[in-house]
Amino acid sequence: MPSSPETISIALTVNGEALTLEADPSDRLLDVLRYRLGLTGTKEGCGEGECGACTVLLDGVPVNSCLVPAWQARGRSVETVEAVAPASLRPMLESGATQCGACTPGVVVCADWIRKHPELLERHPMRELMAGNLCRCTGYDGIIDGLRIAIEEDDECAS
Amino acid sequence: MRVLTPTTLDEARRAYAESPDAVPMGGGTDLLVHWPSHVERHAGTYLDLSGVAELRAMRWTDDALELGAMTTYWDVQRDDRVWDELPLLTHAARQVGAVQIQTRGTWAGNIANGSPAADGVPVLMVYDATVTLGSASGTRDVKLDSFYTGYKQTVMKAGELIERISVPRRHDPAAERPTTFERFEKVGTRAAQSIAKVGVAVVRQDSGWRVVASSVAPFVMRCPTVEALLDSGSPLGSPDDLLTAIRGDVKPIDDLRSTAAYRERVLARVLFSLVKEERAQR
Repeated sequence: MPSSPETISIALTVNGEALTLEADPSDRLLDVLRYRLGLTGTKEGCGEGECGACTVLLDGVPVNSCLVPAWQARGRSVETVEAVAPASLRPMLESGATQCGACTPGVVVCADWIRKHPELLERHPMRELMAGNLCRCTGYDGIIDGLRIAIEEDDECAS
Repeated sequence: MRVLTPTTLDEARRAYAESPDAVPMGGGTDLLVHWPSHVERHAGTYLDLSGVAELRAMRWTDDALELGAMTTYWDVQRDDRVWDELPLLTHAARQVGAVQIQTRGTWAGNIANGSPAADGVPVLMVYDATVTLGSASGTRDVKLDSFYTGYKQTVMKAGELIERISVPRRHDPAAERPTTFERFEKVGTRAAQSIAKVGVAVVRQDSGWRVVASSVAPFVMRCPTVEALLDSGSPLGSPDDLLTAIRGDVKPIDDLRSTAAYRERVLARVLFSLVKEERAQR
C-alpha cells in the first residue's frame, strides 16, 4: 500500500492523454490542471464547491475540481473545457450565454455534458442540472436557451 | 501530509487501525472546502476510501438497498428503482448542493460528518436505515436513529469506518404496495446550493408515523413526542397545536443561517401542512 509524506504519484488521463505526475499531496485537481498542466481554462471561483467555475468531468460526470484532491483522480479520466469542440459553442454564443466570462468555462463543461446525455432530462429539469454553475451576468436565460437550442439541433441532426 | 490508499476493505481496516488519527475521506466535499487556506489540515494523514472497490458497490438484496460507503448522491439518482421504491432518497439527493456535489458527496460521509443540517441523513433515518461499522476487529450494526450522541458526536469508536448503509425495503415487490405517505421538506434560502434552515422527513405507514427533523437540534433526530401525538390522531387546528410536542423533542438555536424562533415556527408549519395533506388522503 503506497504512501509518501513528500509527493504522490498520480497516473491519470487528461483530455484523452495518459499522464503520470508527481504531485504534492495537498494539491487539488484544480491546482494540477492549472499549474502543472497549464490547462488554465478551468477557473477557480469560490473554492468551496458553490460556483461551479472549476467544473471538469471526472470519469464522465461533472465535479468541482476545487473539491477533489489530485490523488483521488489517480486511475481516472479528466476532461476539461479545453476538450470541448469550439464549434459546439455556437448556440451558446448566439443566445447570449456569456457576458463577463468568469463562469463560462464551468457552464460550458456542464452544458456540454448535458448535451451529450439528453436522457438525463427525462428525470431532471435542465435548470436543476445547471444549478451548480452560478452566473451573475446573464440571468441564466441565455445559458438555458443556448443549451436547449443545441439539444434541439442535435435532435434534428439525429433524426 | 500523508495519504493512505488502500485498495481492499481489509487494507483499509488495517490502515485505520495502524493510524487511528487518519481522517477517512470519501468524496472530499466537506474536507476540501477552502482547502488552500486551511493549512493546518495539510499536515494530517488521510485515509482515502475512493480506491476500495468493496465500498463503491450499491446493491439491492431481498430485504434492503445497501449503499457502500462510497455510494454518492448521484449513484442513487442513476438507479430507476430507487425513484420508485425509496423515493425520499432521490428527492433528498437532488437537493444536496448541485450535480457537481452530488457526483462526489457520499451518504456515508454525510452521516460521518455529523452536521445537524445534513441533507442525506433525515431520509435515511426516516427509512430506518442501519449503519454497518467495521474495523480491524470486526463489524457491528447500529441503527441510524441511535447513531448520534451529541453535536458531531457519534457511537463510532477509534478505528471504525462506516462501511455500508442498509435501507430496509418496505414491501415485497410482488405484493401490493402498502399505504405509505412520505415526504422530505428542506427549507433553505434557495433550491440549490443552500444549507437547510429546517429539514423534515416523515413516513406514515400502518405501523404509525416516523418523523425526523434536521437543523433544529445538535444532530439530526427522530421526534418521538411528535410521532406519539400524530399516532394518537388528535385533531390539529393550527401549527400551534404541534408546538408543545416539538419543544419536547428538539431545541433549535440562533446561528448565522436562522433563528431558533423561526426554525421552531417553520418546523410546526411544515409538519402541520404535511399532516393535513396526509389526513386529506385517507
